[in-house]
Amino acid sequence: MKAIERYSTALIFVLLGTMPYWMPLVGGYTALGTRVLVMAIAAMAVNFLLGFTGVLSFGHAAYLGLGAYGAGMAIKYLAPSTSLGFLVGILAGTLGAMVIGAMIVRLRGVYFAMVTIAFGQVFYFIAFRWVSLTGGDDGLTGWGRVPLDFGFTQIDIAGNDKAFYYLVLVCLAVSAALMALLLRSPFGHTLLAIRENERRARFLGIPIQQHIWLSFVISAAFTSLAGTLYAYLDNFVDPRAFHWQQSGDFVIMAVLGGMRSFWGPLIGAAIFVVLQDKLSSLTDNWMSLIGVFFVLVVVFFPSGVLGILRRKVQA
Amino acid sequence: MTQVILFNLLNGLIVGAFYALMALGLSLILNLSGVINFAHGGFLALGAYFAYSLMPILGFWGALLIAPVLTAALGLLLERLLIRRLYGRDPLYSLLLTFGLAFIFQDVLRFIWGAQSVPYQIPSVLASPLSTDFFFLTGYRIFMVVVVAVAVAGLFLILGYTRLGMRIRAGTLDLETVSVLGVNVRLLRNLNFGLGIYLAGLAGVLAAGMLGLSPTIGDTLIMPSFVAIIVGGLGSLPGTLAGGLLIGVASGLTTVFFPTATEAVIYVMMALVLLVRPSGLFGDEGRLR
Repeated sequence: MKAIERYSTALIFVLLGTMPYWMPLVGGYTALGTRVLVMAIAAMAVNFLLGFTGVLSFGHAAYLGLGAYGAGMAIKYLAPSTSLGFLVGILAGTLGAMVIGAMIVRLRGVYFAMVTIAFGQVFYFIAFRWVSLTGGDDGLTGWGRVPLDFGFTQIDIAGNDKAFYYLVLVCLAVSAALMALLLRSPFGHTLLAIRENERRARFLGIPIQQHIWLSFVISAAFTSLAGTLYAYLDNFVDPRAFHWQQSGDFVIMAVLGGMRSFWGPLIGAAIFVVLQDKLSSLTDNWMSLIGVFFVLVVVFFPSGVLGILRRKVQA
Repeated sequence: MTQVILFNLLNGLIVGAFYALMALGLSLILNLSGVINFAHGGFLALGAYFAYSLMPILGFWGALLIAPVLTAALGLLLERLLIRRLYGRDPLYSLLLTFGLAFIFQDVLRFIWGAQSVPYQIPSVLASPLSTDFFFLTGYRIFMVVVVAVAVAGLFLILGYTRLGMRIRAGTLDLETVSVLGVNVRLLRNLNFGLGIYLAGLAGVLAAGMLGLSPTIGDTLIMPSFVAIIVGGLGSLPGTLAGGLLIGVASGLTTVFFPTATEAVIYVMMALVLLVRPSGLFGDEGRLR
């Protein structure tokens, strides 16, 4: 099993590493590949909480949006620097999660989910209403990602789509490595214990609320990284980044790929983003098709693509 | 100034009554079946459009009576076909399912009735203001509050004094025991779902008269309803009612002093309540586990 895992990780990175070169052959384009990776980072981050801590958050669009607006506003109002955008975006999302997390860790299950949905919507209204700062419904415009400057060399992520794709890929690789490390650490094993049996974990003396809070904040931090990349992708961000629909999309990506597997959300994100792209170019009624897709996944594939594959392998 | 405050206070109460009506339906379903019905806003919009299409045939009063019943019938059907399959599983799945339904509803409404918002005719008796001093008190607003009050009273009478209501209340506390005692729990959950959707449909018809019709009419109302449930208290229907009125008044008053925060204020209230009493104002602390 270990060998299979190592091979499949290698395979995933080979496929992703060459994506800009084979994507046009199957009818895609580089920006679509980049979008898959951005959404994959967010879906994996959501799954850190959902699949490996057993906590249901339906409001992660809040942290995507905070990351996106943080990055956009930093570049627009402070200084045109991509790295500053990363810093501000991730800080905004993480701080937001620290405050909101502290208020909701005492809730469980359905109620936790409901409060996360509701809190997700606060930022939507703020972004929508505070027009002078955020541009309101028209979105935050008049800024753009700038080339990365390392002193000795520059990487032109602004003009070159492929260069930006590889920057996002590096972000994905780093995030995945960090999350995998965390999950293998004693902290990660404690999270699994909480997922499996919270009451027993409590009897063992584990401070449950602190662990859930920390897992929530970590998950939101990676989601806000995805948010900054999301804003850089189009050099634009609007209140829809905060919308509950976006939160639902993350969860369906995780479920579709397989919540109990590390790479599942990546596969889910790939399927979902490509499907959404194709459907919205085919018909105006793509929203109901996405809705039908949600229903089908929940009723027929609740364990996701990787869950089904794994059962086949074990059988 | 007093006039403005009074206006917004009353307006807040009216809007609050509305949130409460919607939140009560959500709360019924949540308490008995553990399902967050995200499609509730979609059902509300559907109720509104049913009324819109029925009005030319049945008139205002007929539409008011029939449209919620049709909406409830669709609710019963969807529960039987889809939602029922997910009881007892992780709440994640039912939530995703109702998310999907919400998308479908919005798109289908747009497909059938168009994306443009359309006005909803109300009888002229209700459209005129009651007096010149209280110009804001149109008959329709008063009428809405009366209908909501009757509906809420009816709901509490059903829950308090009928066999069905007794079973719903018992099932909310311990469904397994109710099942062991020989009650058909599948049917009970089905009817309970229909009851919740009836309230959504009724709220939809009333909303149509005040806000006009658009496919996203339910979207703006569902979040405050969630907040009403959380503020009012987990597992408590009177709490949900109080929560709805409370956030309505709060956002009404905020409109006077700081209009930008009209929406945000209810979330601030939710945050405060969660900090002080995580189970909500009238909540059952046992539901925190």
